[in-house]
Amino acid sequence: MSTILSVKDLSVTFDVHKQGAWPWTPAQRLHAVSQMSFHIKAGECLGVVGESGSGKSTLARAIVGTVPSSGGQILFEGADLARMDTRQRRVHRRDVQMIFQDPLAALNPRMTVGDIIAEPLVTHEPKTPRVEVKRRVAELMERVGLLPNLINRYPHEFSGGQCQRIGIARALILKPKLIICDEPVSALDVSVQAQVVNLLMELQRDMGLSMIFIAHDLSVVKHISDRIIVMYLGRQMETASAEKLTTAPEHPYTQALISSVPIPDPKLEKARIRPILEGELPSPLAPPSGCVFRTRCPKAQASCAGERPKMIDLGENHFVGCPFHAPAKVIMTA
Amino acid sequence: MLPNPAKLEGVIDAMAVAEVKGRSLWADARTRFMRNKAAVVSLVLLALVAAFALFGGFFAAWERDFVDFSLTGRNAHMGVPSIETGHFFGTDNNGRDLYARVVQGTGISLMVGIVGALVAVVVGTLYGATAGYFGGRLDGVMMRVVDVLMSIPFMFVLILMLVIFGRSILMLFLGIGLISWLDMARIARGQTLSIKNKEFVEVAVATGVHPIKIILRHIVPNLLGIVIVYATLLVPNMIIFESFISFLGLGVQEPNTSLGALINEGAGTMQYGTLWQIAFPLFFFVVTIFAFFFVGDGLRDALDPKDR
Repeated sequence: MSTILSVKDLSVTFDVHKQGAWPWTPAQRLHAVSQMSFHIKAGECLGVVGESGSGKSTLARAIVGTVPSSGGQILFEGADLARMDTRQRRVHRRDVQMIFQDPLAALNPRMTVGDIIAEPLVTHEPKTPRVEVKRRVAELMERVGLLPNLINRYPHEFSGGQCQRIGIARALILKPKLIICDEPVSALDVSVQAQVVNLLMELQRDMGLSMIFIAHDLSVVKHISDRIIVMYLGRQMETASAEKLTTAPEHPYTQALISSVPIPDPKLEKARIRPILEGELPSPLAPPSGCVFRTRCPKAQASCAGERPKMIDLGENHFVGCPFHAPAKVIMTA
Repeated sequence: MLPNPAKLEGVIDAMAVAEVKGRSLWADARTRFMRNKAAVVSLVLLALVAAFALFGGFFAAWERDFVDFSLTGRNAHMGVPSIETGHFFGTDNNGRDLYARVVQGTGISLMVGIVGALVAVVVGTLYGATAGYFGGRLDGVMMRVVDVLMSIPFMFVLILMLVIFGRSILMLFLGIGLISWLDMARIARGQTLSIKNKEFVEVAVATGVHPIKIILRHIVPNLLGIVIVYATLLVPNMIIFESFISFLGLGVQEPNTSLGALINEGAGTMQYGTLWQIAFPLFFFVVTIFAFFFVGDGLRDALDPKDR
């Protein structure tokens, strides 16, 4: 399988101006994403997990290009998206589409569903005749499980799950190569979540899409992904296949994260030994030196404050960013 | 009982064929507006006033600039409103038919209001949306320009302009057009700032839609609710503004007239017992302004139902 997207040392920083400061006061730098490296093969689904504020969404936005990256490369089929000018980039946007968290907010309330789904098509292939546009929209609506006769309806007339299907249809109309799903199901009911996740998996298989699936719900990510990246404060902690990561995690943070997933079995749940993380996520304005996780890490040692830990290759595409990594038995049945 | 598969197929086909007409937010707003009695009555009144301004001239028995010298000096008892003489609203001091003059005055006053509001809607909305959407330095420069223009005392400048370039309706329109869009630009910019961070705008950016199209397709339609409400409330303000200028004697010049000028004239002759000279123009003035305020109120309630 060929690599479709490869991200090298990607960093995203924001300049944060203090409220009420003078215009010439130097801005503080917020490191939202710091030196992330990973790749996605064609047809693969890569999961990204991490707690709130760990930079998952910023990573997605940097790849899609709605947030400028401040360092590193985003190689999409060999071409660096980060170095392109606006015009070149606009052409490349058709191959990478995004699905958003809040299904209703992602749809313009003043446009009909048909117009919303057709927008990418009309933008990138403006010469397509109207009949053809309508045919393709109807076809796709059927594909994602919406009745095509609802084409003239407005977003507020749909339920959350249906709105997410509209969002999916819009992302698919140009037949993109890569789809980035930014917490696509966390705003939905559990029963609807399953439907949407299964729809995404089905579409991915049928259309041979590559997918980046961002979520904070590990069980959903495990269900859909081939490989999973664990992020903490904008940095990569561990990367492994979904199977490996959820059964034999090596990084202390991953272990804590996985053991926090509740198990729907009271006996197992009670018998569980779990490392409990104390404290809060440190501010990304002033991240801890060395390993960013050291302030909350049960295994932290003096040396953790020194150098930033390198990613250690454990073979079989398993990388871990902790020199004191050790397998731990964790249970995750969900 | 299981449904008959043969029949069910027909139902599915029928569902697929018949496209459901969606209810847009505009349609929703219209039903809400129609439920507001005061606003609907005001809208009808406005339509009547507009019809009066447009077609009232056909029913006038006298030319509006015909001076009936036989009435000079005997206006108080000869120029009384009556259907027999054809002076439905009586005559003014110079013996001119007041009906024809009120028709013209209403027309000009409405036009001033509508031109002002139109300039505000078109220029103000686009200016504000552009500044808000692009943000950063462009926003800073564009909004400082508005601030500077706003800090100039416009009444003073307009009076100077009318004195220097001569008093004409065109100059009045120009002056009103110059100020009316400033507030609108600020309102549109503020709204844009909140809309541009919505996810559907981000989707459009990520899809590669051109910025100009994003402003026209995604930002402006979502601004329009507030803009329309503000515009309907702006129209009466513009009419009052023009009346004030005309009242000072600087606005519309004879033989043309506006409601403000007519009221001015009527106020001057009140003590001679010709009350109709102020009553008729004032009636149309008050009705128009009241109606606009009620319509604006109704529109506000209809367009953002959450904001009550």
